[in-house]
Amino acid sequence: MSTATVDQASGSLGKKGQSGGRAAKNTIAKVVMWAAFLIALVPLVWIMWTVISKGGRLLLDVGWWTESQRGVGRREQAGGAAHAIQGTLIQAFVTALIAVPIGVFTAVYLVEYGRGRLAKAVSFMVDILTGIPSIVAALFVYALWVTTFGLDRIPFAVCLALVLLMIPVVVRSTEEMLKLVPNELREASYALGVPKWKTIMKIVLPTAFSGIVTGILLGLARVMGETAPLIILGPYFKSLSTNLFDGLMGTLPTMINEGRDNMAVPATNERVWAAACTLILLVLILNLLGRLVGRFSKVKN
Amino acid sequence: MSKRIDVQNLNVFYGDFLAVKDASMVIEPRSVTAFIGPSGCGKSTFLRTLNRMHEVIPGGRVEGKVLLDNEDLYGPGVDPVAVRRTVGMVFQRPNPFPTMSIGDNVVAGLRLNGVKDKKVLKEKMEQSLRGANLWDEVKDRLDKPGAGLSGGQQQRLCIARAIAVSPDVLLMDEPCSALDPISTLAIEDLMNELKSEYTIVIVTHNMQQAARVADRTAFFNLEATGKPGMLVEMNDTQKMFSNPDQRATEDYISGRFG
Ligand SMILES: Nc1ncnc2c1ncn2[C@@H]1O[C@H](COP(=O)(O)OP(=O)(O)OP(=O)(O)O)[C@@H](O)[C@H]1O
Ligand SMILES: [Mg+2]
Repeated sequence: MSTATVDQASGSLGKKGQSGGRAAKNTIAKVVMWAAFLIALVPLVWIMWTVISKGGRLLLDVGWWTESQRGVGRREQAGGAAHAIQGTLIQAFVTALIAVPIGVFTAVYLVEYGRGRLAKAVSFMVDILTGIPSIVAALFVYALWVTTFGLDRIPFAVCLALVLLMIPVVVRSTEEMLKLVPNELREASYALGVPKWKTIMKIVLPTAFSGIVTGILLGLARVMGETAPLIILGPYFKSLSTNLFDGLMGTLPTMINEGRDNMAVPATNERVWAAACTLILLVLILNLLGRLVGRFSKVKN
Repeated sequence: MSKRIDVQNLNVFYGDFLAVKDASMVIEPRSVTAFIGPSGCGKSTFLRTLNRMHEVIPGGRVEGKVLLDNEDLYGPGVDPVAVRRTVGMVFQRPNPFPTMSIGDNVVAGLRLNGVKDKKVLKEKMEQSLRGANLWDEVKDRLDKPGAGLSGGQQQRLCIARAIAVSPDVLLMDEPCSALDPISTLAIEDLMNELKSEYTIVIVTHNMQQAARVADRTAFFNLEATGKPGMLVEMNDTQKMFSNPDQRATEDYISGRFG
């Protein structure tokens, strides 16, 4: 700003050229940024358009939400995705049930207690876990569950693989939220003669609560769309099933994967796109919910 | 209720760094004692050793004795959590718990320490808020969040919270530094009332404040930057401000410092 005024004042000294150059650079940078933004937007809009135009119609059908694909042939236009939606939700819920306590308490350990080597080691492990591709997590559980223990592939094994993927997300996001809780609040609590563990349970965690929930919901949204563990550990199943420990359980990703070979068949084709549409919708709802909860955050930075 | 503090040859460390060297002093019950001194000389550090808050900081440790009515706070088997129930603290920046309402903030200490009786909590809430001269201002909005109060009200809320657990000693680290003159006066008046029941220790950069509220004043100083802070002189406030024993004290108080 100040240089600009100097330039104007000393225009006769021929410094205009410099500021003209800067303006040009600014324009170029702006154009590049906008172009990048638009290019990034193209596939997004394209995907949304494809998915909605090809599968959106089925979602308006009540049957889609209430019926399964039991006994429905691939050429038949019948049944719904209730089995897959239900399976995805059940598995996500159970995954969260296991991953959230482990993740949250690991984060509490790292932020509130972690000092020295052990904490560094734990933090390093979480980093590694973050980088594990989902197919590796799935193969690991497969090797353990099926090969080593000789157990059947059951939906619960899928949950275990998803837990491995969800834990690092929960740990990292919870850590961030706990770090945002001002130290003054902990000290205020200690100064009242409240022990450390109680300070964490009653002051620190409630203060960070909505942020933690947001992180959990975003982590869950991510885990819901995972496909590799499902293909390896939890094959598709067309009927409603709620038993995690026996038989198979249909899910949205496997439903999509199942129909892939029959995309030329109109009925299947539409079902696949509709399943994709439903999955996106579920993830979107979780994301929105996460952001909504985040609004109520008590820690302002 | 009110207790006497006797500090004997206290060295305070952050890791290997000696922050306060060889401080000894007696703090009388039912009085206000002020700590003054230049920034970084260890007033807060020293204050925080009086309720074992110093060791909350990683690497924080002390050598020496702090006797509270002849019981060593740093003796073997003494639980720091119990010490902090006896010696309360108010911080420089008001820090009400953001998840709690005004009323819940006041009784947070009691509730977190296991008091469940609704009647007891309610009585304590009113009594403490009255004690902190805040009752009339908040009695109609006890269920509203504490963060919605003004800075001065928040600080009095923190004082109410601190006295609700019935400590014997109240430590205050620059409790008025974030407040306007009117809120400051309100808190100074409050100190005058509270000293009939508590031993009060405050840190302040405001000489007039020390002169107004303190019965005794302690002056801390640094020999040089990087050197440990130490207690230069402790005397009756009147004497400190009119005719101190030490030259350094006089220089500091009259602004001829450094
Ligand atoms: N957490 C800490 N870790 C290491 N050193 C610290 C820490 N806190 C304070 N110190 C050091 O201890 C010394 C005393 O600090 P202290 O905060 O007690 O000063 P003070 O007298 O309260 O200053 P002020 O008037 O600015 O509040 C300073 O040299 C400071 O750098
Ligand atoms: Mg200080």
